[in-house]
Amino acid sequence: MTVTARGPVAQGSTASHAPHLLEVTGLTMHFPITQGLVFQRQVGAVRAVDGVDFFVDKGETVGLVGESGCGKSTTGRAILQLYKPTKGAVLFDGTDLTKLGGEAMRKQRRRMQMIFQDPYASLNPRMTVGNIIGEPLEVHELAKGQAKLNRVQELLRVVGLNPYFTNRYPHEFSGGQRQRIGIARSLAVEPDFIVCDEPISALDVSIQAQVINLLEELQSKFNLTYLFIAHDLSVVRHISDRVAVMYLGKIVELADRDELYKRPLHPYSQALLSAVPIPDPAVETKRQRIILTGDVPSPVNPPSGCHFHTRCWKAQAVCSEVDPEFKVHAPRHWAACHFPG
Amino acid sequence: MTGVGQRSLWRDAASRLAANRAAMAGLVVVALFAFVAIAAPILAPYDPAAGDTRNHELDPFWGDPAYRSAAFPLGTDQLGRDVLSRLIWSARVSLLIGFVPVSIIVTIGVAVGLVAGYYGRWADLLLMRAVDVIYAFPELLFVIVIVTAARGTWIGELGSGIVLIFVSIATVSWVGMARLVRGQVLALRGLEFIDAARAMGASDRRILVRHVLPNVLAPVIVAVAFGVPGAMLTESALSFLGIGIKPPTPSWGVMINEGFTLAIQSPWPVLMPAVCISVVMLAFTFLGDGLREALDPRA
Repeated sequence: MTVTARGPVAQGSTASHAPHLLEVTGLTMHFPITQGLVFQRQVGAVRAVDGVDFFVDKGETVGLVGESGCGKSTTGRAILQLYKPTKGAVLFDGTDLTKLGGEAMRKQRRRMQMIFQDPYASLNPRMTVGNIIGEPLEVHELAKGQAKLNRVQELLRVVGLNPYFTNRYPHEFSGGQRQRIGIARSLAVEPDFIVCDEPISALDVSIQAQVINLLEELQSKFNLTYLFIAHDLSVVRHISDRVAVMYLGKIVELADRDELYKRPLHPYSQALLSAVPIPDPAVETKRQRIILTGDVPSPVNPPSGCHFHTRCWKAQAVCSEVDPEFKVHAPRHWAACHFPG
Repeated sequence: MTGVGQRSLWRDAASRLAANRAAMAGLVVVALFAFVAIAAPILAPYDPAAGDTRNHELDPFWGDPAYRSAAFPLGTDQLGRDVLSRLIWSARVSLLIGFVPVSIIVTIGVAVGLVAGYYGRWADLLLMRAVDVIYAFPELLFVIVIVTAARGTWIGELGSGIVLIFVSIATVSWVGMARLVRGQVLALRGLEFIDAARAMGASDRRILVRHVLPNVLAPVIVAVAFGVPGAMLTESALSFLGIGIKPPTPSWGVMINEGFTLAIQSPWPVLMPAVCISVVMLAFTFLGDGLREALDPRA
């Protein structure tokens, strides 16, 4: 997808406010499918992310929601250049990350970090907590010896852990504590931007709130900017300033949080939101659910036109032929649908 | 545990190893074996190659009083050579055979496995196909082929044929290590802590050394612990077949080879090297098992 003049990035850029911290334009991530033992040839591609445009302003939280496999994690990783994007640009504070070479990118990484989903897999089991949190300091040569230890202890305190835990191994901690260690590690380099890749999905419900509150507290304390990837709509509603809804490798709707939750324009967003339970028995019984039929189509061979037309109750002939433009329908409210509303 | 001192994987592993009795017993035997091998010229009472046929086939000290001698506590073989001296000198050969090829195997195997597993794509394709080719031959047969082919050349003459055995075992066995390491690296590469390291800006070198290597080390150490006695056994087998160490240099395999024709009349010259091989192999197994446990902080 090419960036149109009415796309969210172009729209934002022409506005009078400060330039965005992060601008993603036409981000595409295709994973090749190869065949053959010795002479491998490409027989197709998993179109995990298929042309995504959005921006994130300094200090805000943008939530990215969607079903499993819709490409939201891949988007986060492609932004951080953990995958080399197939196409598109990722402008971070004016620098296109996709064009940076090894060393220049390594330097930029100090400013952007990631918090991972699985607190059991994201910490090296053979390193002590002190070494885990101290590693980014070593990599970027920020502190050594006693200074490093002091900084690690300070970080442990910041995330609400005992500063004397530096000598312990990850397996000695619970899931929530491990996630705090992961958060401390990402904070070590004092980043501006953090991709939170489903940071609470693997945690007990009782712990989820603690970690969410910690993330919010850290955001105001260190003026952090988050891209918050999740599939839990109520969590996203709680933490985000703006929300992007992804379906099969594309962002189908992007709006300010309250606007999106009150007036979703895209049928997929409407279906998603109708699935959120309401904590009021009287209202809950009257809640009208939109049940989507069928499965998410394969990203190897996505449907023609609008990717959602195979499951959409509003679909008409045009939907299977023309890919709807991602355009603005209300102030700061974009959607890609032929029949929004 | 709560003090803020230095704590590292290696220091922790050492203390856990020290607490494991079987592993410590293994370590003691291995140390003793290494000491005997190194101090062989001092410890051995006789020249292991020189015999006196007048004293041939003497029983060890617990044997028939009519056929034993205080001068030869473990008896003599059919050529009248002192069995004790030959056992001691054999330890030397076994130590070399155990460690030199295994060091080569670990160096090549780990390097190839890391590169193939971590970088993938062409490196993986090229290296692993080479591995498959070597892996396709039965191991001992391949060793025998190499040894037989090169035995007559200059390389077969080096150190009574010992260098050729190093080379042949290493050539054949590094592929197993490479496969092991590659498999481990592939499993690790998908874990999030590797992504975390990349996201923080760590170099490939750092990721390999700090994150990948320590996590593949446990199976490598176990493989070494079994590889050392395995190499010794291969040497014994080759020597037994008569294509290993060239006599009169003694090795446990050579001793078994020379003794087994007379094993019914005088079993001791065969049994004693066999016991030595077994004990050393068992010791390495205990030590290897202990190391594997010690290197896992979760144990």
